[in-house]
Amino acid sequence: MEAATARLGRGKRRKKDKSYGSEERRLAALLLSPAMVVIALVAAYPIGYAVWLSLTEYSLRVPGKWRFAGFDNYTQAFGDSDFWAAVKNTFIFTGISVTLELAIGLGMALAMHAAFKGRGLLRTVVLVPWAVLTVVSAITWRTLFEPNLGLAPTVLGKLGIAENVVWLGQSGYAMAVMVLADVWKTAPFMALLLLAGLQVIPDDVYDAAKVDGATAWQRFRRITLPLLMPAILVALIFRTLDALRIFDLPFVLTGGTNGTSTLSLIAQQQLTTNNLIGYGSALAVLTFVIVMAVSFIYIRTVGGNIKSLAEDT
Amino acid sequence: MEASGGVVTPGTDVRQKEKEREEARAAEGRGPRRNWLRPVLMWLAVVAIIIFCLFPFYWLINVSLKTGTDLSQSDLFPPSPTLDNYDSIFKNGDFTSALRNSVIVTSITTVLALIVGSFAAYALARLRFPHKFLLLAVILSISTFPPIAIAAPIFKLWTDIGLYDTYAGLIIPYLTFALPLAIYILTSFFKEIPKSLEEAALVDGATYFQAFRKVVLPLAAPGLVTAGLLTAFFVWNEFLLAQTLTSSPKAFTVPVSVANFTGSQKFEIPLGTISAASVVITVPLVAAVIIFQKRIVAGLTAGAVKG
Repeated sequence: MEAATARLGRGKRRKKDKSYGSEERRLAALLLSPAMVVIALVAAYPIGYAVWLSLTEYSLRVPGKWRFAGFDNYTQAFGDSDFWAAVKNTFIFTGISVTLELAIGLGMALAMHAAFKGRGLLRTVVLVPWAVLTVVSAITWRTLFEPNLGLAPTVLGKLGIAENVVWLGQSGYAMAVMVLADVWKTAPFMALLLLAGLQVIPDDVYDAAKVDGATAWQRFRRITLPLLMPAILVALIFRTLDALRIFDLPFVLTGGTNGTSTLSLIAQQQLTTNNLIGYGSALAVLTFVIVMAVSFIYIRTVGGNIKSLAEDT
Repeated sequence: MEASGGVVTPGTDVRQKEKEREEARAAEGRGPRRNWLRPVLMWLAVVAIIIFCLFPFYWLINVSLKTGTDLSQSDLFPPSPTLDNYDSIFKNGDFTSALRNSVIVTSITTVLALIVGSFAAYALARLRFPHKFLLLAVILSISTFPPIAIAAPIFKLWTDIGLYDTYAGLIIPYLTFALPLAIYILTSFFKEIPKSLEEAALVDGATYFQAFRKVVLPLAAPGLVTAGLLTAFFVWNEFLLAQTLTSSPKAFTVPVSVANFTGSQKFEIPLGTISAASVVITVPLVAAVIIFQKRIVAGLTAGAVKG
């Protein structure tokens, strides 16, 4: 009903618009142009340039060497086992860490929602891992799993789990530490997003269900989960986009060794360590394509939010 | 925000709800005897969350207070706590200059993002023009760009025009990645300010700019704080571009400096000093979280649960 009245109102206003519409539009263009120029200059143009670079053979190691290579860099990437390893690692990392983050984040959100006292304190506590720099999170988990110094190998060793394992020195184990570091830093963020989603579910829905004799589990399954779904979806996509771009953690934890190389990491290494601008760009463009495919789903999901912001009032 | 009955104060509302729950539980036939279980479980969960969130950071502080042979033992408390590591990082010129670089780059980027962002957000929130939806979608999709995709071209471009390894070389791409979030947060804050206030100012003969500066901006102050904080956090934290676009202590930011720390002996990784440096660069953020918890949560959830 509200929408209908709004539409009616706008229809009426539109006639009036024409008199000062052009002035308003000019002002809008003026106000938006600085932001759009920065965005176009440093996002749109470089992407185009990256695609162009990826079609060339260009290395800073050999001055003056430059040739148009067509799709050679891409053929090379698809034939490169390092590339496929990075694809695999990136997807394994994303899949496991985002799943764990959702499970732990949801648990934390439900607990925080149930805790009447100390919710403010909990919110602050939960923001601490979020505030810790990703690089610092990597260092923290490195010190926790370092042989001798680390608490984790000592405690686990006493329990008879993973005895004599050099965690960051073995593949599989190194990935586990990387996942842990990511889950620690971002599950709380997930919890905050989900908590905000829980808080907008009206209480009377639960009361009605209780009157009808629904058990706690039924209420969770039939009310909480479906009503929370939009928030879960947004949180999942947010995290997936971030996880697919992961760079800081493998860089600091292992330098990409022991089965932890990721797409962003190998692309960056080709660019800066090996100075292969053409090949590095091809890897970066492939990463971009994968991330933007997920991003497209994200924009579709939050489309309703954007629409409400774009709506004239 | 929560749907609660008009005149009932939150406190009584909560108590009343508890009572209702007890009654409901009794009705379910579980009996009142199980009532103690719920608070116990809840407090266990709360304690678990606190330990999960805070212990790793405590561990980092613990390691930063260890030196020498203490660093090869996994004690929960430093056996002989010392501030030597902190002493040495502040004597390390590279680290202190990285701190200075980060402060400068972060403040300039944040101020610019707020100025440019609030212009754009005002237009998006208040003015009528075509293709607004498309524009917002494009702006928002920029925030999902993988930085690696622009790293190579920017790296090459900056080397060609002399911006490589400079503050400006970092500030410009940071602005691009920070603007979408700033614009999104500011637009939703501007939209919540009643339009009638500005219209009154406009009727009184104020220009759009005056209405914006004198009416909208002061009312949007909480939004500016939120957007500013999230921008500052992003810039302070950013690693990939900083690692790619800088090569000397002249422009190294703190994450680059800490990630590439080497000790006096080249092949030894000085975990004690690295931990101390990590604590130093994290403390301002933790302080900001404690002071501005509400503002930050508002910003983080702004994009997620509306509508």
